[in-house]
Parts: sequence; C-alpha cells; structure tokens
Amino acid sequence: MENTTPAPAEPTEVANAMIAVESVERHFGSIRAVDGVDLEIRRGELFGLIGHNGAGKSTLFKMMLGLLPVSAGHIRIDGEDIHAGNFREVRRRIGYLPENVVLYDNLTGLETLRFIAKLKNCSREECVAALETVGLSHAANRRVREYSKGMRQRLGFAQSLLGKPQLLFLDEPTNGLDPEAIRAFYATLRGLRDSGVTVVLTSHILSEIQERVDRLAIMAAGKIQALGTVQSLRERVDLPLRVEVRTEAALGGALTAILGSFGITPRPVEAATDRLVFDCPRQLKMKLFGAVAGLGEGVADVSIFEPSLEDVFFGFAD
Amino acid sequence: MDISATLTIAGKEFRDRIRNRWVLAVALVFTVFALVIAYFGGAQQGAVGFRSVEFTIASLVSLVIYLIPLIALVLGFDAIVGERERGSLELLLSLPITRFELLLGKYLGLASALALSTIVGFGLVAAVMATETGADALPAYLLFTLSSVLLGMAFLSIAVMLSVFAADRTRASGLAIAVWFFFVLIFDLLLLGALVVTGGSYGGDIFPWLLLLNPADVFRVLNIFSLEEVRNLHGLATVFPEAIAETWALTLVMLAWIAAPLAVATWSFRK
Repeated sequence: MENTTPAPAEPTEVANAMIAVESVERHFGSIRAVDGVDLEIRRGELFGLIGHNGAGKSTLFKMMLGLLPVSAGHIRIDGEDIHAGNFREVRRRIGYLPENVVLYDNLTGLETLRFIAKLKNCSREECVAALETVGLSHAANRRVREYSKGMRQRLGFAQSLLGKPQLLFLDEPTNGLDPEAIRAFYATLRGLRDSGVTVVLTSHILSEIQERVDRLAIMAAGKIQALGTVQSLRERVDLPLRVEVRTEAALGGALTAILGSFGITPRPVEAATDRLVFDCPRQLKMKLFGAVAGLGEGVADVSIFEPSLEDVFFGFAD
Repeated sequence: MDISATLTIAGKEFRDRIRNRWVLAVALVFTVFALVIAYFGGAQQGAVGFRSVEFTIASLVSLVIYLIPLIALVLGFDAIVGERERGSLELLLSLPITRFELLLGKYLGLASALALSTIVGFGLVAAVMATETGADALPAYLLFTLSSVLLGMAFLSIAVMLSVFAADRTRASGLAIAVWFFFVLIFDLLLLGALVVTGGSYGGDIFPWLLLLNPADVFRVLNIFSLEEVRNLHGLATVFPEAIAETWALTLVMLAWIAAPLAVATWSFRK
C-alpha cells in the first residue's frame, strides 16, 4: 500500500502521558515474560501493541490493566498507580475488551450491559447508547446465546464503552468481525480518539492496523524492540521500497540496464513484457527515479510501495 | 468494601439460577425425597404414613447428608474457574470491584439460590406434615431445615474454594467429587477404623471432637441433639461430650466451616 506520509519526530519526553510504564518486569519463575519495559502512551492516542505469541504483550497488557502485579517497576494510569488505594476511581476511567471473551449466554444483550453498568455505576441510558454505537440496538432483547460471533464481539466492545472511559484496552478487538463491521469499529475508535480517549489495542492482523494506529510498539522476548509511527519504523528498519514501472515494451531493455547500473536486479514478472518490478533501497530512490525519468514519455507509470507492517514487524521481531 | 457491587454480582448469580430453573428443580428434588421419606420412612417397621416430626427428621438427616453436600459442590465448583475459562473473569476483575467483593458476591448469590431451594423444598413437606400430625414439633423441623441450609452453605464454601484453586473446570469437578467422597463416605470410616484398630485405647476421648472436622458430621450431631426422641433413635447421646453438644456451639462450628474455606479462597484469589 502506498504511503508517503513523512514520519513525525519521536519526542523524547511525553509530558501528557495517559499511561506511563517505567522499567516494568514480570517474572514467572525463571521466565522473564516482561523484561524492563519503558513506555509512555499519550492522551488521546490510538496505540497498537504487536508481537509474536509469547512476546509478552498480553502480560504487559494485563499489568497495565492492574490484573497482574508487576515484579519490578511502576505503571501509572493518568498519573496514578493502578494498584493504589484509589484503584476504583482509576478503573472507572478504563474500558476493557478481553480477547475471545464469552459473555453470559443466558442474558440478553441489554441485560449484559446493565450488569456491567451497575458495577461501573452507569445508567441504563448509557447501555442503550452503547448498543446503538455498536449497531446492536435491534438485538438488545435477544439472548446472547443467539448472537453470532461478530455480534458477541460487538457486545464486548459495547461493554467496554460503558462509563465513558478515558482509556480503552482492546485485545484483538476485530476477531470475528466482517469487513463492514471492522470499518465501523475503527470509525468509532477514531471518533473516540478525536474526543480525547486513549486507545491501546493488540491485533494479529497487521495489515488492518498499519494505517489506523497513531503509534505502535513491537514486542519480542519480553522487551519493546521498536516504538514509533508505522512510517518511522519503516524507515528505521531500512527495508527497500517495492517499485513497479510500466513502460513501452521496447524500453524494457533500457530500463533493465539502468537498474543494473544501480546494482538492482528486477524480479521476473509472468507474462508481462511492459512491466518491471524491483526492490529499491530507500536511499537510492530519487537518483533512480531521475534516471528512469530520462527514458521520457515511454515510461507509462511508476508505483512505489512502502514495506508492509508485516515486513517491518519481522524486521524487528526476528 | 462496596456492598452494592457485591449485591449486584450476587443478584446476577441468584437470578441465573432462578431463570434456568435450577432452584425449582432442586426444590422439587428435596420435596419429593422428603415426602417419600416422611411417608414411607416407617415401612421397615411395617407401617406407612406420616409419623412424628422427630422420626421424619431422623430419617431425613441421612438423606440430607448425602444429597445437600453433593448439590452444593455441583453448584459452586465452577464459580470462579468457569468465569476464567469463559474469559469473563478478566473482564470482571478489570471493573472497579475487589476480588473479595467478586468472590463474596458469587458466594452469596449461589448460597441464596441453594437456601431458597432447601427452604421451599423442606417447607412444603413441613406444611403437609403440620396438617397431618400437628404443628407442635415444627420448631424442631425449622431447626433441621436451617441446619440443612448451613450444611449446604458450608459445602458451597468449600466448592468456591476449590473453584479458585483449580486450573480448569474438569479438575474442579474432580476435586469436588473427591471432597464429597471424603467427607460423606470416607471420613467416618477412617475414624471408626482407627478406633477399631486401636481397640478404642487411643483417641477415644478426642473422637467426638474429630467429628467437628467434618461439616456433614456437625450437621448430623446438630440434629441428633436437637430432640430427645432423635437422640434415642441414634443412641449416641451418652458418648458425646456435653460441651460440644450445644446447638449454639455446633452452629458456631458450622459457621466456621462456612467462613474458613471462603477466607482461604479469598487469600488465594488475591494472590
């Protein structure tokens, strides 16, 4: 996918951190599931946390939520320790959607939200509004056992919105959602972010979040291997751009020669005499395009593809 | 402690059992069994029909000792581990409630459902017997019913504790069955066996006290000592020390059997 957005500079200090993770460790016996993580997530940010299974992201997620104590270090939510005496106030500001949550089959969608709402001191009206936000108003009075997987996931998202949280933790939030529902889900998230809500999410579907998060962290072996915007990570990992050039068939040889002068070998493209695809080192991009432009009007089109988040992920995580 | 959060969780658990007809089913089981025992309990002596409340209690005690612990263990074994397997435990724990409030709410909701089933089930029989044999002995029957509720709550407390410790529902159910076997079938046999092996020369004095280590035995003793006629039916009045034969003392022991497993469960759950 094309992306030429310039990478914003990574600030060294974040004064307005919603979540501050300071030198946090979590040990399970001799295993260091989280090993000295420092991380600040800004207020009103849509933040992604990605990593292999066992990378430590779920453990970090649970520690940020206060579900697991830290073995060392500190975690502060909006300046307050999640485990401190006023944890109720802190938690009222948090919404959470666990991965693969199975809510109560014998309750209706509305009853499920009413139950959670009572524990969060929210009104019935909020429950109705949350169902409307996720597009489940029509199924409010149906038992959850009759819900499809996608509807259950949307109900899970609805409960996380109760209490107008300032901070949302969403673990694999689009599991089971169809493309239309995924689009609606991210539109809702953007609306929440624009109103100042901080969103932290994990996802295995990297292509889905690469254009949607403001920043992300890549975890591996209990550590944060990379942190920044998708674009800044692309540049840091120094992966080549993929370039596709369409020319008149007669110019194929000339183009191949130009590429060869830059040390680039084009990939074979099946049944295409008018098209060359090749990897271009980022630093050669402008020089190469200048040379290609010299071929004149015989060049019909040039497409540049940034490395995908998956490429970036493997670049850091492996 | 946030009482309203505890009551919210308790209310959901209780409503769940009402809605899925668990309370109705268990109340029916108690009613049918109690009626059958009350009516046919004297068949071995060659007579059927409703007899004295004392006789009915003596017959029902044996039934209750088998049935109520089993029902309570089945009711509570997945209270926490079930939520964990569904993935909803993390969600509940992320809400503004403490682990103790969650555990207590779960316990109170389940205990209310069990208590309602017990009271309704045995209450219907009490009503039938009162019309057949008079209402004079109803206070004794009331004590029997309340002690049955306490017995259920004690085993429910053990079940909730197992539910906190168990890694999954399968193991929790296995542990619950093992606990039932131990307290209902094996414990008395072990005590009796120890007495027989030693010829009664060792441990005879502490034997009655050891019965307090089993809530099912506490229930049995509690009901045996509640009525003169029942004591005579069991023939145990002379071997039990008076110090622990008091209703209030035995009730306190039963309450301790409710509180202790819950305290252990809370301690473990908080870790």
